[in-house]
Amino acid sequence: MNYAVETKNLCRVFKRKRSRKERKQEPTKENQKEVVALDDVNIQVKEGELFGLLGPNGAGKTTLIKILSTLLLPTKGEAWVAGHNVAEDTFNIRMKINSVSGGESSGYGLLTARENVWMFSQFYDVPSKVAKQRADDLFKTFGLYEKRNQKMRTLSTGERQKMGMVRGFITDPDIIFLDEPTLGLDVNASRVIRRFVADWVREHEKKTVLLTTHYMMEAEELCDRVAIIDKGKVLVCDTPENLKKTVRRSSTLRLEIDPLKDYSKFRDIPGIRNFSKKVNPETNRSELVFVIDDEAAVSDILSVVTGEGKRIHELRKTEPTLEDVFVSLVGRALE
Amino acid sequence: MAMIKRHWKTLKTAAWLGWQMESNWTQPFLFAVYSILKPIAATMILVLMYWVVINPGYGGQAENAIMFSFLYVGNAFYIFVGQMLFGIFRVIQGDREWYQTIRNVYIAPISYYVYVVARALTQLVIASIAVVITLLFGVFVLGVQISLAVTDIPLFLTILVIGLVGVSAMGVILGGISFLTAKHMHGMNESVAGIFYLFCGVLFPISMFPVWGQFISRAIPLTYWFEALRRVLAPETLQIPTSLTQIDTGLLMLILLSSTIVLVLVSYFVFKGADYLARRKGVIDMITSY
Ligand SMILES: Nc1ncnc2c1ncn2[C@@H]1O[C@H](COP(=O)(O)OP(=O)(O)OP(=O)(O)O)[C@@H](O)[C@H]1O
Ligand SMILES: [Mg+2]
Repeated sequence: MNYAVETKNLCRVFKRKRSRKERKQEPTKENQKEVVALDDVNIQVKEGELFGLLGPNGAGKTTLIKILSTLLLPTKGEAWVAGHNVAEDTFNIRMKINSVSGGESSGYGLLTARENVWMFSQFYDVPSKVAKQRADDLFKTFGLYEKRNQKMRTLSTGERQKMGMVRGFITDPDIIFLDEPTLGLDVNASRVIRRFVADWVREHEKKTVLLTTHYMMEAEELCDRVAIIDKGKVLVCDTPENLKKTVRRSSTLRLEIDPLKDYSKFRDIPGIRNFSKKVNPETNRSELVFVIDDEAAVSDILSVVTGEGKRIHELRKTEPTLEDVFVSLVGRALE
Repeated sequence: MAMIKRHWKTLKTAAWLGWQMESNWTQPFLFAVYSILKPIAATMILVLMYWVVINPGYGGQAENAIMFSFLYVGNAFYIFVGQMLFGIFRVIQGDREWYQTIRNVYIAPISYYVYVVARALTQLVIASIAVVITLLFGVFVLGVQISLAVTDIPLFLTILVIGLVGVSAMGVILGGISFLTAKHMHGMNESVAGIFYLFCGVLFPISMFPVWGQFISRAIPLTYWFEALRRVLAPETLQIPTSLTQIDTGLLMLILLSSTIVLVLVSYFVFKGADYLARRKGVIDMITSY
C-alpha cells in the first residue's frame, strides 16, 4: 500500500525562551522550557482519502501540517509524504503538495487576486494559460469571480481566505493540506468549501486531503477517517462511524444546571465513562456532558445536583456523536 | 537542464513580482519622484556638507574639484551598496512579516535562493537608474569630472558587474542570517553598511586612515571595487594618493574577481545553512510584529 502520508514516532518539541521572571521560579507545567507539540504520532493516510485531524486548540494540528508541508523539521521520528521523506527529499514532496491555512489572509496587496494566484501557479510550472483558466473556474466556485481583478488589499478577510483556497487548488496538487479551512467564514462560504473539498476528493481517485478542524460536524460529515489528537498525542484513528460505535453502547446525558462548587463528586459515581463541563458565559449555567455506560448512574448524577440545592434547567439523552467520543477519551469538551 | 528551466521560470516570476512591488505601488509620477529625486536629494545633502565643512580649509581650486569628484563618484556607486545590502533582507522580512506569503513561497517547488535573488534584482535595476541620474546630475550641474574612454567601456562594465555580484552576495549573507532573527534586527545590516561607507574609500582616500584603519580597508573587497571604478571612470582622481595606487589594474581585477567568487560561494552556503536552521527551529514563518 502506498500511503499519501505516513508518520512514524513523529515528535516535535519547541524550545521556548523563558522570561527572566519565569527563570527565577520553579519550573512548572506552564513555564517549562520545552513545549511538546507532537508526541510520538503515528498516522497513515491512504491515497485518495479525505483524512481529518480533530483536536482542540494547541493539540498540535498545525505543527503536524507544517512538518508534512516541509516548513518545519521533526525533532524525532520520521514522516513521508507521497513516499518521500520530509527531512530529505523536500523537492519531490513540494512538487506534489500544496497547503492552505484558514487563518491566513496572506498575499501581495498591490496585486489583484488573480495576479496573486497566477504568480504562485508559476512556481509550480503550470502553463500560464491553463493557470488563468483554472483561476477563473475556482474564483467562480468560491464566489469571488466578480472581485478577481480587484487589488487584494481591497478584499475582506473572508475573501482573502477564499483566494487562499484558489491558490491552493490552482496547482492541482496530489495532496493538499487544509488547516482549518473554514475558520471564521460565514455559514454559506463554509458550506461551499466543504462541498468543494468533498467533491474534489471523490471526483479524483488519487487526490488526497488532510484537513484539520476543531469543528466536530465538519469532521463527521466530511472525512473518511478521523484522528483525534490532544496534547500532541493521537488518541484514536478510525472512520467516524466506527468511532461512534465505541460509544454506541453507552449513552450521552446532557445537563444544563446552575454552576456547582465542586464537580469531583461525579468522579466517584460508577457507570460514568467520562464527563466534560463548561460554563456558558451568557446564561451563566454549567453545561455538562456525561458519557454513561450504566443507566443507573443517571439517578446518582441527578441526586448530586439536587443534593447541592441546584436547579436543573435542561436534561437530554442523545445519540452518540463524535463529540462524545472525544469527551469519553479526554474528559473535556472540544469547543 | 530541467532544473535550469525551473530556475529560469522562478527568476522571471520573482522578478515580475519584484517589479510590480517596486513600481506599481504608487502612480508612475510618484514612482519617478521616489526613484529619481530621492537620490539627488541625498546627494545634495552630501554636496552641502562638502561645501560647508571640507571646502574652506582645503588646498587650491583644482585640488578641490578633484577631491569633490572623488567623493561624488564614490557616493554615487555606494547607492548600489546601500540598496543591495538591505535588498534581500527586505524581501525576506517583507514576505514573512508583512505579506505573510513566505510559507506559501517556501513550500513551492523552487529554489528559495533563486527567488530572493531575483526579487532583489529588480531593486538593483532601480538602483541603477538612481546611480545614472546621480552621475549625470553631477557631471552637468555640479561639474564633476568624469571621463570614460570608449575603449574602457568593456573594462568598466566588467568591474561594475563583478562588484555588483559581490555586493549582492553580501546581501544574501545578511538576508540569510535574518532568516533566524526577527524584523527589528536590521541593526546588523546598518552596521555593515556603515563600516563599508567609512572604510572602503567611498568619501575619502583610505590613505587618510592610520595603519590599522587601512588594514581594515584592504580586507574589504569593496575597497578595490571603488578604486577600480574610479580608475576607469574618473582618472583625474588618481592624483589623490589612495595607497592602492601601486597595485596595477590587472591585479586589482584579480583581487576583485577572486573575492567575489569566494563571496558567492560563502553566500550560498550561509543561506543554505540558515535555511536549514530556520526550518529546524520553526521560525521560517515567524511573525514578530503584533
Ligand atoms: N513556533 C513555536 N514555538 C513555540 N511553541 C510553539 C510553536 N508553534 C507551536 N507551539 C506550541 O505547540 C503546541 C501545538 O501548537 P499547534 O499550533 O500545532 O496547535 P493546533 O492544534 O494547531 O491549535 P489551534 O487549534 O489553536 O490552531 C502549542 O502548545 C503551541 O503553543
Ligand atoms: Mg492550528
